[in-house]
Amino acid sequence: MSDQRAVAFELEQVTVVRAGRRVLDEVTAWIPGAGITVVSGPSGAGKTTLLRLFNRLEVPDEGTVCYRGQPLDELDPLELRRRVGMVFQRPTPFPGTVADNLAVARPQAGAGELSTALERVALDPDLLGQEARTLSGGELQRMCLARTLVTRPETLLLDEPTSALDARAKQVFEATARRLTAQGITIIWVTHDYAQARRVADRIYQLRDGHLTGIPAEEVSP
Amino acid sequence: MNGPVGWAGLAVSLLLVAVAAAISWWQHLGLHRQILIAAARALAQLLLVGAALTLVLSPGRSIWWSWLWVAAMLGYASAVARRRAPEVPHLMPLALASFTAAALVTLGVLFGLHVFPLTGRTLVPIAGMMIGNSMTATVLAGRRLTDELRDKRDEVEARLALGQSSRQAATPYVRAALRAALTPQIETTKATGLVFLPGAMTGLILAGAAPLQAVLVQAVIMFLVLAATATTTVVIALGLIRRLFTPDHRLVYLPIPADH
Repeated sequence: MSDQRAVAFELEQVTVVRAGRRVLDEVTAWIPGAGITVVSGPSGAGKTTLLRLFNRLEVPDEGTVCYRGQPLDELDPLELRRRVGMVFQRPTPFPGTVADNLAVARPQAGAGELSTALERVALDPDLLGQEARTLSGGELQRMCLARTLVTRPETLLLDEPTSALDARAKQVFEATARRLTAQGITIIWVTHDYAQARRVADRIYQLRDGHLTGIPAEEVSP
Repeated sequence: MNGPVGWAGLAVSLLLVAVAAAISWWQHLGLHRQILIAAARALAQLLLVGAALTLVLSPGRSIWWSWLWVAAMLGYASAVARRRAPEVPHLMPLALASFTAAALVTLGVLFGLHVFPLTGRTLVPIAGMMIGNSMTATVLAGRRLTDELRDKRDEVEARLALGQSSRQAATPYVRAALRAALTPQIETTKATGLVFLPGAMTGLILAGAAPLQAVLVQAVIMFLVLAATATTTVVIALGLIRRLFTPDHRLVYLPIPADH
């Protein structure tokens, strides 16, 4: 792909074998470099593995993954993970206050920057002094998103971020993600919730039996 | 034998083993066989070590035999550490490196600065004290760090995903492991003399040394053990971090041990 803004990730013949199973089987595909791309598919299909490849928490057994035209193994992993942030399925608060949590991402960040990060995810900046573990599930997941935003990522990987949230919290999270893409952040969103996929996606890929295929949104089948 | 205990005394002391075995038999604990075997085994081991030490420490013998003894203890202790914590990957080479580092530090201070004269008679028991006490702390630190990183994998990976290096991401868990491993030694050090009289001091007093002399030796040994446990645990923890993370800052897969 010559236009690097148009392509975030490019996979070439990528194979990942876990416990004897080919989770990804010679996948060749590309993920657009703007908007929200949803990767959907049945649970256990390897969606999480795919996301973990993108910020190098895992490496493929075969093939190459490129980010904005550069092979991942030629990029500094720490630099890559700051450019490509990840929010996990289960919120992972660190000990301490919300401010302590955000400061892990950038110890030199000032109070203003931390407040802005909370505002971007629709959380009250007054929460900065609160113990992170006392937040509700929805607030906690958005705090994790804010923590990732503090590293100033260009791309966000969201791994079923709303699977543990109620309908209202889910809605707030989706609206937050939409706002972030409007601010120029590329989002790759993994979900097995097809209704959600249709609500948020600019493009939908399906991962099934080790293969990743792009499909028009209306054809997503449960 | 010119100490206070002779062969006859030893034989009489076996009565005490008989007391323990009798209690097990009387209370149907089913432990009397084990008690007898343990006592017999301890006695045999001690006699063997005594015979070997007599050879190594006999007057005129080169000090290199004592250093060889120390090296053998280092190797043996590393093997024991690995056996006690099989779930900790690469523990044997790490333990060997950490005991060696602790030996360099502590023996360097004690002999390099002439706290003790460097002879086989001082080197072998001091190195033994140092290694024996460090072994427990090493196993504790290695086990705790491996457990923390395995059980809090989500948290560790969340830190890595924020662009922290493996060293930074592991820091909170390294601290927890080092604290857990060093705290018992600090507690023991605090309680020394008030709650119990430690072994070296007891031995010296029984063997006829003046109590103040025994106290000075014991104090030096306590400090030796403190420095040794701190050194071994920090070497183990930092070494383990290098093994549990890949060079590109990924946490390796840590299987849950069978007895968990």
